[in-house]
Amino acid sequence: MATAPQLTATATGDGLELRPSGSWIAANAGALETLSRAVAPQLARAKFLKLDLGGVSELDTLGAWLLEKLSRQMAADGRPAEVVGIAENHAGLIEAVRRVNRRNPPPPAPGNPVIARVEQIGRSAWSARDDIAVFLRMLGSLCVALLGIVRRPRALRLTSTVYQLYRVGWQAIPIILLITFLIGAIIAQQGIFHFRKFGADSYVVDMVGILVLRELGVLIVAIMVAGRSGSAYTAELGSMKMREEIDALSTMGLDPVSVLILPRVLALVVALPILTFIGSMAALYGGGLVAWFYGGMGPSIFIARLHEAVSVTHFQVGMIKAPFMALVIGIVACGEGLRVKGSAESLGKQTTTSVVKSIFLVIVLDGLFAVFFASIGM
Amino acid sequence: MDRSTQQFAIRVKNLTVGFGRRIILDRLSLDVRRGEIIGLVGASGGGKSVLMRTIIGLIPRRSGEIEVMGESISSAADHATQAVAGQWGVLFQYGALFSSLTARQNIQFPLREKLALSEELLDEIATAKLEMVGLSPEDGDKFPSELSGGMTKRVALARALALDPAIVFLDEPTSGLDPIAAGDFDTLIKTLQKTLGLTVFMVTHDLASLNIVCDRVAALADGKIVAIGPMRDLLRSEHPWVRAYFHGKRSLMLQPKAS
Repeated sequence: MATAPQLTATATGDGLELRPSGSWIAANAGALETLSRAVAPQLARAKFLKLDLGGVSELDTLGAWLLEKLSRQMAADGRPAEVVGIAENHAGLIEAVRRVNRRNPPPPAPGNPVIARVEQIGRSAWSARDDIAVFLRMLGSLCVALLGIVRRPRALRLTSTVYQLYRVGWQAIPIILLITFLIGAIIAQQGIFHFRKFGADSYVVDMVGILVLRELGVLIVAIMVAGRSGSAYTAELGSMKMREEIDALSTMGLDPVSVLILPRVLALVVALPILTFIGSMAALYGGGLVAWFYGGMGPSIFIARLHEAVSVTHFQVGMIKAPFMALVIGIVACGEGLRVKGSAESLGKQTTTSVVKSIFLVIVLDGLFAVFFASIGM
Repeated sequence: MDRSTQQFAIRVKNLTVGFGRRIILDRLSLDVRRGEIIGLVGASGGGKSVLMRTIIGLIPRRSGEIEVMGESISSAADHATQAVAGQWGVLFQYGALFSSLTARQNIQFPLREKLALSEELLDEIATAKLEMVGLSPEDGDKFPSELSGGMTKRVALARALALDPAIVFLDEPTSGLDPIAAGDFDTLIKTLQKTLGLTVFMVTHDLASLNIVCDRVAALADGKIVAIGPMRDLLRSEHPWVRAYFHGKRSLMLQPKAS
């Protein structure tokens, strides 16, 4: 059984005789490393080395390597090293260890940290070009797939589309209702609280109505959908990519874009306007409730004021934006999914990127739409 | 420690494992001696991997007892089992390398967790293991996604052997390797067994490896071990499945040697 390892060093004239004994196994790794370090100065002075392994009771790869290293240090300077007393059952392992580590792997090139940092910034800036290319390519192949559907409507994967619609639309309704209801209520409460100071609390209805219908309804819903469904798309497509499922599809002569991506993006484009409508109504409802209980404005007055304050234009502005935002979310999510490489880490990274990028683009798009609608007077 | 635990590395008694209504292993008993290489054969989907995964505590069992190195095994989350886990290395069928670590870091991982070693020695040991399984030191810096199937298997073996464990479980180690690599692999296993007194539990369909490396072969059919013994005994077995397995067209190469 395991005994404590020892390394006895005896100087014989100019030479050195080392007698390791006990268990030279991984369980004693710490002690073994100390032992073999301790003889290093003697080893450096010695003209020749005799390594007597007679006392070694147990040996494994780690121990064999440490002993091999001792004799190799001598051999490196051309000094003779002799290994004796190898037990029969250890011979194979010692022979195997003698063959390894002959070639040192090239050391990693030392880099200037400042230059490395600058290089990293440069590379990530340059990769923005890739991002745009990926986005445009995905948009292009979606358009091609869509044209194919227009020519041959039967090619549409209806089951898949409906299933995706169920997942990203129907199943998202409860959480969308809850969040937008709360947002509407909070805006109304804040409005009443601050407008009351100069007696303008009835204008809260204008603020809630315009803000929710024009901007916030669609924005909140798009952000929720990007986090909820966009990330799911990226993770699904990414793990399919990792397990070569997408390659399998292509080799069967099927286009992954029309089989996997088009149904997903179509489902988002259909679902987001519906969710936006539901979300906006929930927000108005939340605002109305707060106005009633906190602001003392009855429902009939709220509705009458709302009728005066908002026009169909505000509603249209919000709804027009929704499908475009869905398209951006879908393209980014699917594009990032296809960029997943082999590792689990890359799947996580790409999913994060997908959500961050689609939320960023949704907000940028909202800004562009604001400029656009302002200039056409909507 | 009584004699039986000295003698046997793994003892399985009346093990029953099932999923839902399906019984995979039915009151199975198997003893693996210390220092032997045992090969487990069986039909695809017949429960070979299930038996292996149950022994290492990954699959819960219905009934029966499992002892590894004299310690009884319950589930992988159990403390006692985790202590025994330090004594075994497992090569999973598809490698199961950590995809966020390089090949070298994968091999160093168990060393780093269990032992206190200097970085220099860790690197040397990892490179030594890589070369022992037939890879070059440069391969150590690759990530698992950049490795071919055969290389993945070798890195996984190197990781399973990192701590020079007392027992190694190999799930189809030579599948997907070319005959030269598979032959090297057999030699390596044999060398390690001789030197370290390694016990090897190997699930395999590789007839050559069964014939050359395994001290004993166990045949699993109908949820039970239907035949166990050295290769020549199995070739003489009368069990219909075992006969079909070892006397099929692909097994002809075994015949001259056996007679």
